[in-house]
Amino acid sequence: MVIDRQARLVEVESWGDYFLFTFYSPEIARQAQPGQFLMIKVSENTQPLLRRPISLHNAEENQLQIFFQVAGTGTRLLSMKKPGESIDLLGPLGKGFSLQPELSGREIFCVGGGRGIAPLYYLARKLRSSGARPVIFYGGRSRTDLPLKNRLQTTGFEVLVSTDDGSDGFPGLVTSLVEAELKKRQPAYLYACGPDPMMEKLAEICRRKNLEAQFSLESIMGCGFGACWGCVRKIRRNGQEKYLKVCQDGPVFPLEEIVWQESNDG
Amino acid sequence: MVDLSVDLGFLKLKNPVIAASGTFGYGLEFKPFYDLDLLGGFVVKGLYFKPREGNRPPRLVETPGGLINSIGLQGIGVEAFCREILPELAGLKTAVIVNVCGEEEDEYARVAEYLGRHQGIAALELNISCPNVREGGRCPAQSPEATYRTVKKVKRVTSLPLITKLSPNVTDITAVALAAEEAGTEAISLINTLLAMAVDLKTRKPKLGNVMGGLSGPAIKPIAVRMVFQVARSVKVPVIGMGGIFSAEDALEFMMAGAAAVQVGTANFVDPDACLKIIGGLTTWAEAHGLKKIREVTGSLMA
Ligand SMILES: Cc1cc2nc3c(=O)[nH]c(=O)nc-3n(C[C@H](O)[C@H](O)[C@H](O)COP(=O)(O)OP(=O)(O)OC[C@H]3O[C@@H](n4cnc5c(N)ncnc54)[C@H](O)[C@@H]3O)c2cc1C
Ligand SMILES: Cc1cc2nc3c(=O)[nH]c(=O)nc-3n(C[C@H](O)[C@H](O)[C@H](O)COP(=O)(O)O)c2cc1C
Ligand code: FES
Repeated sequence: MVIDRQARLVEVESWGDYFLFTFYSPEIARQAQPGQFLMIKVSENTQPLLRRPISLHNAEENQLQIFFQVAGTGTRLLSMKKPGESIDLLGPLGKGFSLQPELSGREIFCVGGGRGIAPLYYLARKLRSSGARPVIFYGGRSRTDLPLKNRLQTTGFEVLVSTDDGSDGFPGLVTSLVEAELKKRQPAYLYACGPDPMMEKLAEICRRKNLEAQFSLESIMGCGFGACWGCVRKIRRNGQEKYLKVCQDGPVFPLEEIVWQESNDG
Repeated sequence: MVDLSVDLGFLKLKNPVIAASGTFGYGLEFKPFYDLDLLGGFVVKGLYFKPREGNRPPRLVETPGGLINSIGLQGIGVEAFCREILPELAGLKTAVIVNVCGEEEDEYARVAEYLGRHQGIAALELNISCPNVREGGRCPAQSPEATYRTVKKVKRVTSLPLITKLSPNVTDITAVALAAEEAGTEAISLINTLLAMAVDLKTRKPKLGNVMGGLSGPAIKPIAVRMVFQVARSVKVPVIGMGGIFSAEDALEFMMAGAAAVQVGTANFVDPDACLKIIGGLTTWAEAHGLKKIREVTGSLMA
């Protein structure tokens, strides 16, 4: 975990509200693992006050990538940064996806909804280099919400897309697409990141199919490194339900540990 | 060389900058960022006797220049703290201060008594001012009588120096400060967070799971400076000021208003090394103003 105050933004790609940033940040890149995240300072003043958590989309050599969607003030400010600017990054943070060695040679489902696709690219690359066969499910509201589709395909991954409005790929929710595929093939494992309703639906499917899985969760974060107790979610561990820190104990949790009802009424 | 040290009477600090409770974990969380010995001191997260689960999420919401939190004092409890954390803090050459909480007055005393049997604690900070635990944000620091009783009870069971932490959610802060002083507190720290709330227009629900929370950050600084000024004028014990300190200039404002030392809270989240920058900034400011001892700033307000 380091603070890189001078991470240089080297490249910006954008599609409407979606942005792919490439940073030169050797120290963070060296330590990075799929599923970990950064806390990014989006403003020089106190508006907004806090850093924003964004997943590592990729790390290679001395470079990092993030993929994000403008969701409010902070991400809008971030989206306005230009190549050549230096940005203050804190990371890599949290516990990422754990890659089971026995998955080598097996098919693995990686399911991303909307901006939740962000950490799955890095994960899929790692899975592939460890000998597994990742299949990426990418769901969005409409075809314009699938900006990474080409990038994923040209990297050589098998990519299945879905859109709520039917404008591309499977018409309907990405969870329905996963369910349809599960009738045809039996993956060894599933990784997912996306909005809570999607994840909860997916959790139910995995349980029904006895499919082991890890989910990356989101939460509003004060610090990102365990100092504030602000980011907790209810987790069932060692037979007990407790509030654990998403920033330190997560953001990735094994499916069977996640307690869902909290996020619905919270 | 500027002399940054301050003397609180019961405790000498190498500089006036202390990391505030609830924003500095148990201290260990900041070890990856810098050498904790560089701090004047730090206050660990509030401890009850037993472990506590804290409040329902969401627990944080940002507002202009501020942060509302409703953590609800989640923590491992004083026994686990002494067993697992305190040994890891042993050997630090900075003041380790423990923030003491209680469901009722007797629990403060039980926690303090337990801590008093351990080495490595420079002082206790009595958190009689957390707005996140009881219905409606109530706490002992809202009444001079309850403040007096709580401080008195704790004094009786421990010889560790006490810093009593006051709440801004009161009509007359000086009455509470005087009650704490009369009960024998060695110092007073203020302010804790301001009871606050934010509403989500889409869902028409409060943005925090616990409905209300405590506001911290730059937004509260002017209120905090005013309260430090009022308290410093009315008590003899040293005052430790906090509330929205993000820079050395902010810290100096509190010191001029009467604070002998300061605490830095929310700033630690934004910049894990915020305290170090503030310490550095104090030296720079003193040099630029031909000042040899930073403690001369305390109470130097021209009013
Ligand atoms: C571990 C982690 C990894 C993330 N990775 C990515 C990523 O790779 N790409 C991406 O686009 N987004 C990611 N997010 C979500 C991103 O952090 C939020 O969208 C962002 O913080 C919103 O800030 P804002 O100032 O733009 O919006 P605000 O104006 O603060 O809020 C806009 C909306 O977003 C919600 N929100 C605020 N903070 C968060 C948060 N921390 N998590 C989820 N929702 C939030 C608010 O409740 C509100 O509804 C991640 C979040 C976490 C916790
Ligand atoms: C997330 C959070 C948790 C806090 N927890 C505690 C606590 O456990 N005990 C306590 O006395 N004060 C607690 N506080 C209050 C701070 O110590 C401090 O009094 C307040 O935040 C004002 O200072 P600041 O504006 O610099 O943050 C907490 C504040 C925040 C933001
Ligand atoms: S974000 Fe502060 S503890 Fe997790």
